[in-house]
Amino acid sequence: MDVVGLVAVGAVLAAGAGIGLWRRRNDGRLRSTSPAKDVVGTGRGAAGTGKDAAGTGKNAVATGKDAAGTGKDPASVAVEAARAGRPAAEPRSVVTPDVEETPADIAEPAHDRLDPGLLAALGIAPARATLLQFSSAFCAPCRAVRRVSSEVATLLPDVQHVDVDAESHLDAVRALNVWRTPTLFVLDADGRVAKRATGVPSKPQLIAALAEVLPAPDSAPGQR
Amino acid sequence: MAVTVAERRRGARVGRMELDPRGQRFAAALTSVVLIVVLATGSGWLALAQAAVFAITAADPRRGPYPLIYRAFVLPRIGPPAEREPAAPVRFAQLVGFVFLTIAAIGYLSGATALGVTFAALGLLAAFLNAAFGLCVGCEVYLAMRRLSARRAA
Repeated sequence: MDVVGLVAVGAVLAAGAGIGLWRRRNDGRLRSTSPAKDVVGTGRGAAGTGKDAAGTGKNAVATGKDAAGTGKDPASVAVEAARAGRPAAEPRSVVTPDVEETPADIAEPAHDRLDPGLLAALGIAPARATLLQFSSAFCAPCRAVRRVSSEVATLLPDVQHVDVDAESHLDAVRALNVWRTPTLFVLDADGRVAKRATGVPSKPQLIAALAEVLPAPDSAPGQR
Repeated sequence: MAVTVAERRRGARVGRMELDPRGQRFAAALTSVVLIVVLATGSGWLALAQAAVFAITAADPRRGPYPLIYRAFVLPRIGPPAEREPAAPVRFAQLVGFVFLTIAAIGYLSGATALGVTFAALGLLAAFLNAAFGLCVGCEVYLAMRRLSARRAA
């Protein structure tokens, strides 16, 4: 018996369990991109656009209620409810709230727009919101992200899903600071990065993140 | 680690192949056990044998020794898989395992035991993460390596 080897076995198994549990906890979490806003806003629920909604608030609340009354599909009701800044209790029943949400996200002009040339190189057409996915050939969970993202993009109007091969876009990989695949970005209509996630986000998490990014319904009459 | 053009072409040909993910977890669990024995006994020959297993599985994931054991003894008891996963990530991970265990075997057999322990332990970490959590470490560092190597070339 090799004592050093046995010590190594114990150390590796302990380290592996730690790494594995940590990854399981953080995998797929959608985080706001500005580090200052990484504070977890627990209990705020899906009431995403708080500050921003001040101007359009009344209108949005009215349409949100209307949507709930007319029995639209749960996802779009949840999106509108979240957009309207209603209390957390109601959307909670429809969609699991994203604990990572930070109300100041859209109101703050801190995010820079991505270079239009970069967006064009990645094949991103203008849309109200974009799910930008970086994948690679040696990536099993990329397939799950692809499935969830394209389902959400089909569910919500005018949301596009763009899946790019990270290896053939290394300049974009550096510009966006991507180190692992799958990495998913939520871009708003102006091409700003609102959220990012490595790993596989859940469908409700993704819908809640998009709710924060999508503009108010009165600016997009085609939606109803 | 550089993936050669030939490797890529071969990958493209076998790329359509799909595997039962439970088979990979089973293989990773067996690999973990073997690597624990390697570390406990300090056997360079067992490390070399595991390196050979990695090489065979990287060449053809369905003919690998552990997948064969899985299909012969485990699969008949648990039934067909609900989903399958692409083979390319698995083959890449096996290739990484092969390199690590080859270095470990050289270390043990040449008397550089510290080298052997280090690389066998790294191999065990990757195999254990795969078996217990379904994480593919080799697949995850792939992009990081591409990023760094391309920057160096530029």
